[in-house]
Parts: sequence; C-alpha cells; structure tokens
Amino acid sequence: MATDISLDQLLELIDHGAQVVEVLPEDDYAPVHLPGAINLPLRQLDERTAAVLDRTRPVVVYCWDSL
Amino acid sequence: MPGKVDWLAHNLEVEGDRADAPTLGRVMRDDVVRCAPADPATAVLKLIKGSPYPFAVMISADGCVLGRVPASALDPPSETPVWDVAEPGPKTFRPHHSAENVARQLADKDLRWAIVTTPEGRLLGVASRSDLERAAAR
Repeated sequence: MATDISLDQLLELIDHGAQVVEVLPEDDYAPVHLPGAINLPLRQLDERTAAVLDRTRPVVVYCWDSL
Repeated sequence: MPGKVDWLAHNLEVEGDRADAPTLGRVMRDDVVRCAPADPATAVLKLIKGSPYPFAVMISADGCVLGRVPASALDPPSETPVWDVAEPGPKTFRPHHSAENVARQLADKDLRWAIVTTPEGRLLGVASRSDLERAAAR
C-alpha cells in the first residue's frame, strides 16, 4: 500500500534498508540523485522493470516534489 | 510534499555525475554568529568582532532566521536588544542552488554575503560572494 512520507521518515526508512527509486527521466536522475537510489522512469515502469526491486523490503519512490 | 528538491535543499548527501558541482551548500560555512532577539547589542558586537564576519544572524528558538545584525548597527555598543537594530527578513538561499547563480544574484544586488537556510527557514550557514565566485570558476 502506498503512502506519503516526510523527509524524516525517509531518512529512517533508508537507515532500515528501504529501497529508494527515482521515477524521473534518466536526464534528471544522472546528474544528481539520492544515495543508493535506482532509476525507474515512470514511463518505463511496469512489472518487468519493477522486478529489480526486493518485495520483502520497503520501497520509497520519489520525484521532484513528492516522496 | 517533500521530494528530491527537499532532499537537495537540506544539503543532504547526493550521488550522480554532477554530485560534486559547486553549490552554495558546499561553499557555505556554519561559524557565523547566531543571536537571539533579546540578546544585548554589546554582547553580540563582541562576538561579531571575534568572528570572520561583519554581521550576526538573529534566529528564533527553533533556529529560523529572523534578521541580519550588521556590526555597524551595534556601534556604539549599548544594552539594546538586537531585535531593535536588526535588519528583518533578509534574503536567504537554499544550499542546492549553484554557486555561480547565487554569486550572480549577490552581485546584481551588490551584496557580499548569502545566508543559507533549509526550506523551513532554519539557518544552515553563510557564504561570501568571493568564495562563491572562486568555487564557480574552478
């Protein structure tokens, strides 16, 4: 189930091993992104591309202005 | 809602091709004198004179910037609270802004210093225009 989180909650989730996913295009991801974040651009996001994620750990998805 | 912009604006660690680009957050220093509105001018002036900056930053109890207190406004020294002489609501910048852009904005307004805060207004530090220009030129 998806839910909005705060920056503090993100930091706590990262500390506990959450996977971080940037859904912005590659051109936005490449210059600068959160540490350890992987890039799954929204337009390419489907069951196949999302298969790289570990379903047993929390996943945090972010874009420019939301987590 | 917070997102990538918020992460950058809090000067948190990043990765990527441009992660080492000169930003305000990489140039700023956090040793500027901080004071509370009720602090007496004499005490603040003494702290400023012992610092590398010609001003102090007046902050609230939770660290938010309230004003800029130039040493020149505290002279001659008195027991007046700095609130009475501070320049309220100074322009502030976020740490992810590029050093080059901030230096240009300061130059346009003939300012020598940038005050850096989080998006919530909490003081992070200050940077001089000359340091920003040097960083941008590298």
